[in-house]
Amino acid sequence: MPTVDLSQETRRDLNTRLHALSAETNETHWRVESPEGQHALVAGLDVPITVEIGGHVGYYCAGMNKKATVIVEGNAGVGVGENMMSGTVIVKGDASQSAGATAHGGMLVIEGNASARCGISMKGVDIVVKGSIGSMSAFMAQAGNLVVLGDAGDALGDSIYEARLYVRGEVASLGADCIEKEMRDEHKTELAALLKKAGVDHDVSVSEFRRYGSARQLYNFDVDNAAAY
Amino acid sequence: MCGIVGLYLKNERLEPQLGRMLAGMLEVMTGRGPDSAGFAIYGEGDQTEFKLTVRGTELDGLAAKIGGEVSEVRRASHSVLTMKASDEERVRGWLAINRRDLAITGAGQRIELYKDVGLPADVAARFDLAGMRGTHGIGHTRMATESAVTTAGAHPFSTGSDQCLVHNGSLSNHRSLRRMLEPQGIEFSTDNDSEVAAGYLSWKLREGANLAQALDASLEDLDGFFTFVVGTESGFAVLRDPISCKPAVMAETDDYVAFGSEYRALVGLPDIENARVFEPEPARVYAWERN
Repeated sequence: MPTVDLSQETRRDLNTRLHALSAETNETHWRVESPEGQHALVAGLDVPITVEIGGHVGYYCAGMNKKATVIVEGNAGVGVGENMMSGTVIVKGDASQSAGATAHGGMLVIEGNASARCGISMKGVDIVVKGSIGSMSAFMAQAGNLVVLGDAGDALGDSIYEARLYVRGEVASLGADCIEKEMRDEHKTELAALLKKAGVDHDVSVSEFRRYGSARQLYNFDVDNAAAY
Repeated sequence: MCGIVGLYLKNERLEPQLGRMLAGMLEVMTGRGPDSAGFAIYGEGDQTEFKLTVRGTELDGLAAKIGGEVSEVRRASHSVLTMKASDEERVRGWLAINRRDLAITGAGQRIELYKDVGLPADVAARFDLAGMRGTHGIGHTRMATESAVTTAGAHPFSTGSDQCLVHNGSLSNHRSLRRMLEPQGIEFSTDNDSEVAAGYLSWKLREGANLAQALDASLEDLDGFFTFVVGTESGFAVLRDPISCKPAVMAETDDYVAFGSEYRALVGLPDIENARVFEPEPARVYAWERN
């Protein structure tokens, strides 16, 4: 297993080596030591490898990820998994703000808590947070699923489009145009699959969750508001 | 942009290393603020003494010229004058008449406050931060966005005895706050918005609030975005605005509480691997007070 010690090599060396891998590489399991909160670690991967990072990471870790599995054995800074397209990103600790922002696909699992704006403008990613999430999460979320085993902060799902939000704990408040919705069988099936994929299905039951989504009242201009402009 | 660091020791065995630890943290934050840097250290001192940190030129022999029982420790462009607590008024009066050119950057029983333009590592070396001891310290690296790169514009700001504040962000209502505070006797030496935040807290503390109460009140009265780290003679506190625009990471062990704009600033601290590392929540006051 290739190991890169960032106290000996630079982040640019690491990312360059990972970007140079071909899809058929035999070096499929990497380990990164001494990340020490550095930014943009293992961003832009495009091969089906696994990278374990032994510590806390800075901003935009595993950003734009495709195909790869990235495991952060600590906390992640702002924008972990930002704009990821596929693959899996797992944070063993807490994630800072804007986790999974604008992400199109794949799965982001945060085993601790996520700060504000988790899943902001998400576009198809599945995010599972075992702890709680901060305020303004799923702001303008367009597609995908955000599953929260703990609580959600203020203004959840403000100006949300078609993303689905499943929260097991308390929601401090819902944002504009976000409402609670009925949990139908299709949603229970979908949620069960997400929990299974994230490896938390044995801890929780889908019946403990409530679903939130768009009231779709902000999609079109309401002529009654014309006087406001 | 701007970088903030803060370190509050719970274990006095670390006190001789405070400056060295803070200097390391400050240097890592160069990328967030390469224009200027400053720091406040809470060092030796007690109720019988009073310290004034002055900044300027022609500092040689200043204490002798002031006369009385005043001692001085010179560090580059700054001098720390130590006097009997009862002598404070006289020394301030002497400076106001004879050395109007000097800026008083910090005043109190224990605070020493240094700031200068240049790379943080150079600024720290200029004042030998690494050689300083103390119980707590706060530092700032500035990337000027709204006003000139000057020493006066560098943080921390001190507007009350043994008080200081560093700020990452910007305030929208600092002019109106200043108009409210000046008639209350709060004095400002720059046009900086962050100094107004420091003055606001000084005013609240003077009116009887404790540090946590003063910061709580600021959530109502300050409009803008901010992460503050605040020091007093015995306290250390952190506050982020409700939207939490500006980054913040904290680490706590049995020996210390540390703050950094980014986790990178904390990696050199002892036993950081086993520290509780967390992001302070928006609009929540985190305060520590020594007994």
